[in-house]
Amino acid sequence: MILSIVHRATGIALYFGTLLLAWWLIAAASGPSAYSYVQAFTSSIIGRLIVFGFTWALLHHLLSGIRHFVWDLGYGFKPNEREALTWGALIGGIFLTVLVWILAYAVGGGR
Amino acid sequence: MAEFALPKNSQIIGGKTWPKPAGATEVREFKVYRWNPDDGKNPSVDTYYIDVNDCGPMVLDGLIWIKNHIDPSLTFRRSCREGVCGSCAMNIDGQNTLACTKSMHEVKDGAVKINPLPHQPVVKDLVPDLTNFYAQYASIEPWLKTTSPTPQKEWRQSHEDREKLDGLYECILCACCSTSCPSYWWNSQRYLGPAALLQATRWVKDSRDEATGERLDNLEDPFRLYRCHTIMNCAKACPKGLNPAEAIAELKLKLVERQI
Repeated sequence: MILSIVHRATGIALYFGTLLLAWWLIAAASGPSAYSYVQAFTSSIIGRLIVFGFTWALLHHLLSGIRHFVWDLGYGFKPNEREALTWGALIGGIFLTVLVWILAYAVGGGR
Repeated sequence: MAEFALPKNSQIIGGKTWPKPAGATEVREFKVYRWNPDDGKNPSVDTYYIDVNDCGPMVLDGLIWIKNHIDPSLTFRRSCREGVCGSCAMNIDGQNTLACTKSMHEVKDGAVKINPLPHQPVVKDLVPDLTNFYAQYASIEPWLKTTSPTPQKEWRQSHEDREKLDGLYECILCACCSTSCPSYWWNSQRYLGPAALLQATRWVKDSRDEATGERLDNLEDPFRLYRCHTIMNCAKACPKGLNPAEAIAELKLKLVERQI
């Protein structure tokens, strides 16, 4: 039940994350001064935390969505399979988020 | 509609602590939900101590011991005491299950907490009003429907076809699954709930039944079937080890398959 709630919560969070993404794209299209605001925001600690959360929400929601897709196809209902899918989505989401950020810092050098 | 707080007159206030049985060497604490429709008071949680050495191992044994030795007014349903009738379904230690098949020693440290099945109207103490639940069961028409002439002897079924009903026919309609489902809590007037849907699957999959299409038509509804969001509480709760979530997924698949 908890993971069902988390799935929905991340789904809602994605709306706000998408707003952020839209703001970034609109700013990029409208010129350097608008873009610098976004840059300043996303490189602040709070901005980075929000983007980090958005990354996790996106990846968790993706994996959890795959979990629901498997169930909708009629597989993975046995107690052990169910638990494996659930824990897989949770741990996989966190793991991939950390991986993405390590890669981002490695490639982008923390800019 | 989703309700997150109990109405004022349903909130639990206080409760009586009954004295420990005299001369008992080993006692177990039971915290039991009490509500009497006749005294106009709010529900409460009473504390009882049972003599473990004078009592059977199951939670139901404990409740019967309380009724016999401490408080005859304690009200609960029970009948077969071996997990085939489904009468003594209640919420024990936070899980919906049958009091007769749940050992009180399985409940780890502290008191054995007992409440009626969640989100149902209470008749008294641990007795929920399951009128809506039974009406929903009736609505899926749980009987063999045929159009071809009745055979001279019985309706034949192959061993393979009979096996398709395994994991479905064992349901005892105790309501543990439906009352553990958040979707059912919020929409019990319109969503059939896992128990009724598992029974619907049982009749949809029966090779002898000739009303499969009609049954599926009846289920194809955003509320009756599709309020299931695969939360899985039903499969976790079922004291018979059945899997209503899987049965519902099969129904959803059948609805898609017949469109292709």
